[in-house]
Order: sequence, then C-alpha cells, then structure tokens
Amino acid sequence: MAIKAVKKILTWARIKSPWIIHFNTGACNACDIEIIAALTPRYDLERFGVLLKGTPRHADVLVCSGPVTKEVEPRLKRIYEQMVEPKFVIAVGTCACTGGVFSGCYNIKGGIDTVIPVSAYIPGCPVSPKAIIDGTVKLLVSLEEKK
Amino acid sequence: MSDKNKFKIPIGPQHPALKEPESFSVALKGEKILGVDIRLGYNHRGVEKACEERTYIQDMYLVERVCGICSHSHSTCFVQAVEEIAGLQVPRRALYIRTLVSELERIHSHLLWLGVAGHEIGFDTLLMYTWRDREVVMDILAELTGNRVNYGMNTIGGVRRDINPDQIKKVLKGMDILEERTKYYIEVASKETTVIKRLLGVGILSHEDALRLDAVGPTARASNVNRDVRRDDPYAAYSEVSFNVITDDHNDIYGRTLVRVKELMEAYKIVRQVLKDMPDGPITVKAPRKIPAGEATSRYEAPRGEDMHYVKSNGTEKPERVKIRAPTLANIQAVKHMLKDRFLADMPIVIAAIDPCFSCTDRLISINDLDRTKSEIVTWEGLRDYSIKWYKEKGIDFSKVEI
Repeated sequence: MAIKAVKKILTWARIKSPWIIHFNTGACNACDIEIIAALTPRYDLERFGVLLKGTPRHADVLVCSGPVTKEVEPRLKRIYEQMVEPKFVIAVGTCACTGGVFSGCYNIKGGIDTVIPVSAYIPGCPVSPKAIIDGTVKLLVSLEEKK
Repeated sequence: MSDKNKFKIPIGPQHPALKEPESFSVALKGEKILGVDIRLGYNHRGVEKACEERTYIQDMYLVERVCGICSHSHSTCFVQAVEEIAGLQVPRRALYIRTLVSELERIHSHLLWLGVAGHEIGFDTLLMYTWRDREVVMDILAELTGNRVNYGMNTIGGVRRDINPDQIKKVLKGMDILEERTKYYIEVASKETTVIKRLLGVGILSHEDALRLDAVGPTARASNVNRDVRRDDPYAAYSEVSFNVITDDHNDIYGRTLVRVKELMEAYKIVRQVLKDMPDGPITVKAPRKIPAGEATSRYEAPRGEDMHYVKSNGTEKPERVKIRAPTLANIQAVKHMLKDRFLADMPIVIAAIDPCFSCTDRLISINDLDRTKSEIVTWEGLRDYSIKWYKEKGIDFSKVEI
C-alpha cells in the first residue's frame, strides 16, 4: 500500500516537472533553434514544468534532434546510459525520426531509434515549436495514463 | 613547462555551454588556457557526397539543410553557382526577393546570436528579450516563405513564391517594431556596465591576426577588416541598394557585439529599400533539367561571414562535385588564437562570439595519425597504388590495367 502511494507521488512529480536534456546528434541546427524557441517567451514550454538541464544525470527526457552520425553514435549511447531510470527519448524532426534528407549518406546511421529506444516522434522539417509542445504534452499524458 | 602543472579537460561533445556536438580538449595551468585542441566531425553527414547522387533540384533542398540558421545563404549560394554554369538570366524581381529573404535571415540570425551571447555571460534576461523579439521576424519569414526555418524559397532560375502588397505592409510593420527594439539593444550593448565589463578585452583578435588567420564576417569586421561580399562582389540585388559596412576597432567580443547590433540596423534599411524598389515582372525563368558541363564558384555574405560554394557539372542532371566552405571553418582558427592565455571561464563566450555553426563546418574528414605529426596528402597515383595493393590481397590483379 505504502509503495503504491510512493509510486503515485513519483509519477505525479515526474509529470509535473519533466527535466529535459537536449542533444544534437548531427542536426542542421534548425530543430535545435526551434527547441530553444519553444523554451523562450512566445511558446514557453517551461509552463509545463519543463526545464532544460545541462547533464544527462539530472534529466528525465532526452530530446534528440538530427540523424545519428557515426561519430556521435557511441556518445549518444553513453548519454542515454548515464540517464537514470525511468527515462524517455523524444526524437525531434524528420531526420531524428527516420534520417530524413540525409538517409543514405555514408556517415549516417539513420533515425534515433536505430541506436536507442524512442518514446515519442515529432516529425517536421524543422519541427515548429507548437509541434514540440504538442509532442511533449502527449508524452506526459501517456505517462499519466500508464501510472 | 613541466607536464605536472598541466591539466587537460575535455569539453564536449555534450556540454551545457555548447549547443552542437563538438569537442574541445583544453590544456590548463590553473585557470589559464595553454592551448586548445578542437575536434570537429560529430556533425559530419556527408552532404557534399550526397549532392553528387541527387539532381540539382534535390541538391538545392539538401544544401539548404547544411545549416538551419543560414539555410537561405547556402541554397542561394548553390543556386547562384548553378545559374552561372547554365547561363541563366534571373529576373530582377527574383533577385530582389532573394535579397529580402537574405536580410530577414540576417536579422533572425543576429538576434539569435545576441540572445545566445547573453545566455553565455549569464544575462538570461537578454536571451528571453531577444528571442521574444525574434519571433516577429520569424512570423514574417513564415508569412513570406511558408516555413519558419529552411524556407525553400529558391529554385534554379528564380524564386518559388511571389510577394504581395499585403505582405509588404506586414514586413514594414515588423521592421518598425524591430528597429525600436534594436535601438534598445544598442543601448544595452554599449552602455550596460555588466555587459561591457564581461565583454571588453575578452577574446582579442588583432587586426593583423584577423588578416593572417583569414577571419570572415562580423568576427573580422570587429577587428577593423573592412570586408563584406555584399559590397565587394555584389550578388542578387545588393549592387542596387545602399548600405554601410559596419566595422569596429575594439578587436574583442564587445566589438563583435556592436558590429552585429549595428548590422541589424543596416538590415532594416536594406529591407525597406528592397521593398520600395521592388521591380515588377516574372519571378522565375525556365531552367534546363540537365545543366551543361562547366564549373563555377559563388560567394555569399552569410550572417556569419563569407560562404563559398563550388559546383562542377558534367552535362547530366546531377553535379559532378560540390564543395562548400562555410564561414565558421574560416573563423575556427581564430578561436584557437583568441583562447590562448585567457581564462577558462571566458571560453563559452569566446566560442559563442564567432557565432559558430558546426553543422556548416563539418564538411570534411581529416585523417590524423596520432603517431605522426604530419598530415598525409594522398595523390591520385598513391591512391591507385593503394587500390592495386588492396585488390592484390583479395586475389585480383589490376596492375596491368591501363588508365
């Protein structure tokens, strides 16, 4: 009973303040500036308790943008492994979802899900801040339903 | 110096101060930086090679995604080179629209930089202010081109979308708002004590060094190098508009900030002139699918400095070679110089001050053998010998084949 209550509090806390870490896995910067734009006054993702953190050890959600280049692949795995459980990954942008225009390039592995598991996909080239907010909220709602 | 006092710390590829994956290895003595090793390549996607496997129209969208901040720069630069090879006469209205979008892009990029610089010196209020105002120009770009970033405005032989009087009114209104705000930012940058104390005398690049290290764009202009492709080698409609090339003799990050905020004012001026003088007429000419054989180099003043594209065609619908030299690659050597003998705490802002774009820069792979100090240049003969040797080990002998 007590464990159940603690779990409930944990989920509540997690949904109310998902801390994110942003990692560019080889993107063209377009999705990255849109992620920052989503955090600044016009769109203000912070009103959902989202806070951008500097280290993977503090973060609950890994926000990845861009196709995975071969150079960055081991680093992406390492960052994912450094995050504490439970952890979620959001793939922002068409490149992060599938490889996009860069699929087939010699230095590209493909989308984020070729390397680490992904919880939410947000397509777009680049993703508009509105879509980022929509995707993030959908992820949070799905966590609430799971409990 | 004994190695005992030396301390090496890695910064990146994932680091709170860096927005892109790049890696710096900093040798320190106490707080002082002895030297910096920059390792690029995390963002290398192989765009140049991919260009050779796609048609010219597909390439245009691909080079647009070399960098998401100066996307119009890359696509215009590429298109200009292709048009030169094909001998296309681009309509004047199209050139004016290109100039318009390019200046709007400069406005969005410089406002973005001002915010990032504010963030790096711990002045987050400035970040929030500039990014709020930046949304004005983002709305204009979305209205004109249909997308906030990666506009897809160019096509070979012109532009894809025309501009109507309604939109012109909206752009002019946006310019008025932004001009008002930029005056405030000039005030902040030139009078605010915290900004001056943090930026004055940091990241010094003397005039001689800027010339020697071949810095470009605002980084060079802040070291009093009077160089701007828009004036020196006019493209699009720049020969028909009047503007000042902003230079500064502070040689430091303070100077670079002033150059950028003042360039914003020039950009508003150019946008107004372009809208006033916009000629009537078609916006595109028909371009052939197969571009005749030839080669061309095109230059473009991107927000970060001079961008250069080289295109070689072989008469088919795909280019034979595309080479991209983005402005950050020219400036990155200057960063190394600026950081030497400075404090570690200055590093984020010094790197941010050139407005680095590593997705632009990661165009090449350099093979550095750790045991050797010299880098290796492979000639065609050497490459052939290597391939013959490689196939011989596989049991096939190509040494008799004539080329």
